[in-house]
Amino acid sequence: MAFSGRNLTCTRGGRTVFRDLTFDVAAGAALLLRGPNGSGKSSLLRMAAGFLPPAAGHFAWDGNPATADDLRARVAWVGHADATKAAFTVAENAAFWIRLGGGDSSATGRALASMGIDHLADLPAGVLSAGQRRRLNLCRLAAGAAPLWLLDEPTSSLDDASVTGLIAMLQQHLDRGGALVVATHVDLPLRPSATLSLGASR
Amino acid sequence: MNTFAVIVARDVRLALRHGGGTMWALLFYLLTVTLFPLAVGPEPEMLARISGGVIWVAALLAALLSLDRLFQSDFEDGSLELLALSPAPLEVVVLAKSLAHWLTTGLPLAAFAPLMGLLLNLHPSAWGVLVLAMLLGTPVLSLIGAIGAALTVGIRRGGMLLSLVVVPFFVPTLIFGVSAVDAAAGGLTPRPHLLLLAALLLGAAALAPWAAAAALRLNLE
Repeated sequence: MAFSGRNLTCTRGGRTVFRDLTFDVAAGAALLLRGPNGSGKSSLLRMAAGFLPPAAGHFAWDGNPATADDLRARVAWVGHADATKAAFTVAENAAFWIRLGGGDSSATGRALASMGIDHLADLPAGVLSAGQRRRLNLCRLAAGAAPLWLLDEPTSSLDDASVTGLIAMLQQHLDRGGALVVATHVDLPLRPSATLSLGASR
Repeated sequence: MNTFAVIVARDVRLALRHGGGTMWALLFYLLTVTLFPLAVGPEPEMLARISGGVIWVAALLAALLSLDRLFQSDFEDGSLELLALSPAPLEVVVLAKSLAHWLTTGLPLAAFAPLMGLLLNLHPSAWGVLVLAMLLGTPVLSLIGAIGAALTVGIRRGGMLLSLVVVPFFVPTLIFGVSAVDAAAGGLTPRPHLLLLAALLLGAAALAPWAAAAALRLNLE
């Protein structure tokens, strides 16, 4: 259950963002993407989720080349935006994404508790702070069964306690044999983890 | 199938919860229809003659008004990425969102059509056909509109462009919808027009999800 990228090249708007990038993520391991703004961390994540076709190279699961559909079927995604609807309550927002992923809506309470927002369950999501919205977006991860989590700056707007909670959740995912690719600017003490530095060679 | 039902239920609840979508489209529909007697004069014969066309144009514009948010709000808040990663193919997601759009826009427009017919002195014998034609035609507007909404999803204030893209494709629906009502009001059979509307609906249901899903994939890159 290893995920890998082989000789990946990314071009956006006619500019080559990175070329010939190769990496491996074993089951139960984390890959931290580091690099300055514009070095292609988000683009690499979008490729790994099957949104953006690589200009060259391919992804593979256990060595077998993966199509965009294979990629989509196995990932859980946290992007820049928090995918919350202001008109729904916190619990309704979480329940929708959990049910869409094939989960049971009874898992909603546990998911909210995992990020410490169960006391906000009946509030409209429109009144949440940026950090609370981020926690609402992250909590659905705990209820899903995707083997690979792709997270783009998951710690943005989170307070220290929530970052600690997030790290615990990510570590739990690794301990269960899940894999993780995280674009981050802060140090995440995950074990085992490898770091891929982007933009260093240019 | 589960994914389909979950998305339809969510979009319908969102449209009703905002109090917006459906209510605004219906009020716009009513206002547009009431403008015509003021503009062209209140002679009952004149109104009866133009009523079918006016009601259809007003319904078409009302449906158009709500189309630009079909994918855009989900695109802006990141929900569309998660919908694209859901277990169902993106085509099914598009079909579910189009159905939800129709349930909250086209269906109420069809349901209130007899009221508009009353306002414009449409012959009561044509009311049934008007509703039937709208039940067949408004889903076509939602489905074709979904293609335009998907193409313009990444464009800020893309509503105007969306109208320019989809209105030409609404023309066949408009023509056969109005013809059905005129035929019924004139004592002729509306059957061929209704069958053509049904054919348009089947064609749109088969093709629009693929086109809209392809456009969304491009916009998600």
